[in-house]
Amino acid sequence: MNSSLSTQNDDGIKAIMLEIQNQLRSRTSDSTKIGPQTNITRDLGLDSLAIMDFIFDLEDSFDISIPMERIAEVQTISDLAQAIAILQKEAA
Amino acid sequence: MSSIFDKFASLQEQHAALTAAGKSPAEIRFDEIISPTEAMLDGKRTILMGTNNYLGMTFDEEAVDAAITALKTEGTGTTGSRIANGSYNGHEALEQELADFYGMRSAILFSTGYQANLGAISALAGRDDYLLIDADSHASIYDACRLSDAQVIRFRHNDPQNLARKLERLKDKPGNKLVVIESIYSMLGDMAPLKEFIEVKKKYGAYLLIDEAHSLGVMGEKGRGLCEHEGAESDIDFVTGTFSKSIGTVGGFLVSDLPGMDIIRFVSRPYMFTASPPPSVVASARKTLSRIAGASALRKKLWENAAQLYNGLQAAGFELGPTLSPIVAIRLKDAEKAITLWNGLLEAGVYTNLALPPATPFGWYLLRSSISAAHTPEQIALAVEVCTKIGLELGLTTLSNSNKANGAALNGASPSPSSASTEATDTAQPEADEPAARV
Repeated sequence: MNSSLSTQNDDGIKAIMLEIQNQLRSRTSDSTKIGPQTNITRDLGLDSLAIMDFIFDLEDSFDISIPMERIAEVQTISDLAQAIAILQKEAA
Repeated sequence: MSSIFDKFASLQEQHAALTAAGKSPAEIRFDEIISPTEAMLDGKRTILMGTNNYLGMTFDEEAVDAAITALKTEGTGTTGSRIANGSYNGHEALEQELADFYGMRSAILFSTGYQANLGAISALAGRDDYLLIDADSHASIYDACRLSDAQVIRFRHNDPQNLARKLERLKDKPGNKLVVIESIYSMLGDMAPLKEFIEVKKKYGAYLLIDEAHSLGVMGEKGRGLCEHEGAESDIDFVTGTFSKSIGTVGGFLVSDLPGMDIIRFVSRPYMFTASPPPSVVASARKTLSRIAGASALRKKLWENAAQLYNGLQAAGFELGPTLSPIVAIRLKDAEKAITLWNGLLEAGVYTNLALPPATPFGWYLLRSSISAAHTPEQIALAVEVCTKIGLELGLTTLSNSNKANGAALNGASPSPSSASTEATDTAQPEADEPAARV
């Protein structure tokens, strides 16, 4: 891969991760747990309704729609950031 | 030694905690059904306030007689699907009667309401299509999404603008877009802002399917539901519904005015691979459906009853769903108190539903009642009285939303059976003849 493109992608993922972490901080009591490998459903004490609301807010932030089958594949914050990056690319 | 059931260990623990305080809400067994609104439970006469029996038709003499005749002439069951074993006259007659009732071109019968949503939605939305569903959709709609090959996108509950944003993102994508909403939502009894949804679906050229399960027989001058009530039937592409609520039996259907819908019979797995409704069920459904359009007196009584319960509980200071409807739900944050209230009502001879997260909006614990036209004012007044008394003991209501006279009466030695529902309060009281009024 072209190194400048790779850097752009990395920067994009970092920006997405930052927004995800910001969104999660307001929803969890222990924000120290929030990292790339954090399992969203298992590690943060969020129930399915809280996660749904979190996804809706991310959709608004990134102006994308995340299909349910994509959400089902996501486990970690890193997975989610990658999925959002792909959806942004598809929408562009 | 490990067991195949080990994965349910945490669910077992939750269930044990739930039943420790009394009965299990999911395992109630009635000893005898006395009427649409009463049953014997543990030797006690119990008022049924959680049955969705909106018009009280389960004991309707004509419907029962029709079912008995069908049982004797056509037998106890069809023993197979219509695709494999053929249809009975009653299946086709009921489909024609449904189409005529809705003034639409065609109808397809399913064996349950769950299967109607499962079979209709999964077949209508194919591989290259998009399903857009309300976040608070019934499990049958969510399960239909899993069975469908379409991409599934959720929008915020009852939020046409959120739907519009999602359709805007799809506007250049090929494939059909099918929007799925419900008329009255089963947990809180809140209603879809139908006209706003119709504007959005028209703007983006999407199809709209509405599940009228809780509004058939309940809303509209002729009982056709929310779409009739809003004068919007010509803007709806598909209606699904059930016979297990106002119709008083079991079964489901899909109706549409779009030509060519019959092909669904050959692609809908929940239609093709299950036994068709038995003759007795079809006969009672036909009899009751034939009476729905003329049942305006029952509808009037239903809404009066709903207003009595809603206003009575609101006056007592409970937090309820946002809209007056025959589904009246008390919203509670505390699991233990919700379970105690539900058990207390049962001990006092009032059966309601206890709905728990994650099946409920916002993680609430819901003490859910469904009102019937067959309830008497005395039955409803008793339910309000008992609920208020236990609510006060548990600190669930401080009567802060109600007038003090009402509270004094409830704390007194002999409260009037109707006091809770007839006292004026300082909060807006929904009118019984304005079913869609939002509060």
